[in-house]
Amino acid sequence: MSGGYLLQQVLNGLVLGSFYALVAVGFSMIYGIVRLINFAHGDVVMVGAFAAFGILLVYGLPLWAAVLAVMTLGAILAMLIDLVAFRPQRGAPQVNGFITSLGVSILMQNLGILLLSGQPRPFNLPGWLRSNLELAGARVTVLELVTIVVTLLVLLGLTLFVRGTRLGIAMRATAENPAAAQLMGIKVNRAIATAFALGGALAALAGLLWAGRAGQIHPLMGFVPGLKAFVAAVIGGVGSLVGAVLGGYLLGFAEVLFVGLLPPAYGSYRDAFVFGLLILILLILPNGLLGRAAEERA
Amino acid sequence: MLLSLEQLDVWRGASHVLHGVSLEVEEGEIVALLGANGAGKTTTLLTISGLLRPRAGRARLRLEGRELDLLRLPVSEIVAAGVAHCPEGRQVFGGLSVNENLRMGAFLRRDGEVARDMEEMRRLFPILRERAHGLAGQLSGGEQMMLAIARALMSRPRLLLLDEPSLGLAPQMVEGIFDIIEEIRDRGTTVLLVEQNAATALEIADRAYVMEQGRVSLSGPAERLAADRRLQEAYLGITPAESEP
Repeated sequence: MSGGYLLQQVLNGLVLGSFYALVAVGFSMIYGIVRLINFAHGDVVMVGAFAAFGILLVYGLPLWAAVLAVMTLGAILAMLIDLVAFRPQRGAPQVNGFITSLGVSILMQNLGILLLSGQPRPFNLPGWLRSNLELAGARVTVLELVTIVVTLLVLLGLTLFVRGTRLGIAMRATAENPAAAQLMGIKVNRAIATAFALGGALAALAGLLWAGRAGQIHPLMGFVPGLKAFVAAVIGGVGSLVGAVLGGYLLGFAEVLFVGLLPPAYGSYRDAFVFGLLILILLILPNGLLGRAAEERA
Repeated sequence: MLLSLEQLDVWRGASHVLHGVSLEVEEGEIVALLGANGAGKTTTLLTISGLLRPRAGRARLRLEGRELDLLRLPVSEIVAAGVAHCPEGRQVFGGLSVNENLRMGAFLRRDGEVARDMEEMRRLFPILRERAHGLAGQLSGGEQMMLAIARALMSRPRLLLLDEPSLGLAPQMVEGIFDIIEEIRDRGTTVLLVEQNAATALEIADRAYVMEQGRVSLSGPAERLAADRRLQEAYLGITPAESEP
């Protein structure tokens, strides 16, 4: 195995892992604070991709502006979903929220088909983003480098927010004990909305990056990657942000390794492999890598 | 009168927990709320801080001539008005550091003196300085109690609601906590203290209320209640024969 080949696989794993990590963090954050497995989260990725399509390709804004706009939009959308779909049934049994999230997911996908058509659209980023660079024998596009760097910056920013700011600490306090958080004067609904906003922003950013890599977008594109990001969150230990990032990169590397090592004929089984890996890890570590013992809240 | 509750009727789910509870707390007092498990003490505190809402009755807070209807205020505004609730079972944020817990106690404060007050808490409870960056969940029960009290004080409350601070603590730790409660009162914070440990509570309280099955059954100055036969029999574990001269 040549050094260039190895570096190539590492880069591929980093790119795929970045995407999973961005989406998994949102899953984990939302679960952590409202104990909700939000299946509509993957569809925020899709909306992010379509928003990027409009902003970047139709209006031709520069990349940094598109990133900011798409993230803002994702944040607003996720808060809106929380407000309309989840907030009215706060305190209801967990399964209600789960079913609601499936409903929201199907609604968003079908609205997408209705309003934007189910036909895949080409998503061609400006040429400079698609140009190839040679890096010690490995080939990497500018977009892939941008994906890795932007993801790391965003995750760093998220960590600083959650660890160091008043609102970030309040979010963690609420996730741990909503009643005690209320006694501090923290508005629980606002803390929850913050988690949705952050998760939505990251998912929409992932949509932009994913669409650029895939070269096409369609209304159902969020579903399977969303499921895999959920797997990443579970592997990391749902509720743990570091775990979600770890799970995301682990899944990215595992998938790349699988595709790279096995004969090409098996490449189409990569999703089966991903879910098999999930089952294996959960058999050994029922709470994921960094998850605490499952506590159900009454 | 700092706090007055009138005829509170509170339900929790299908059970009627408080039946016409009335009580008053004067500025500068320590008022003890005594009674057996399930008498409604915690429910009373939760109603004052707004986590539970009564079906009937009134709850008012008077501050500097202003009267606030607590039943109309959201929890965060009750905290902002100066009521801090140190809940049953401590409920510190175990996954947050000691310092982060203190910061959350001051969540609503916008003045520039939060850091100064944190320093003050570390003077009052030196363990909080020692473990400042450690996780609150790794403190011992007594240390968590101190953190919970300090966290509540970080909001600079006028009225501190303390729910069973002695629960599960070693006797000398309980003594230390009660000394601190007196000090808190002496610094100008009024205290409403819920306790099962009636004897100790009556030592520091100015007045007390005794609750039984969701009703106030007895009230008066702490000294008088400490000598009351009914209370002794029911809660102080003293049999009539022993107290008979």
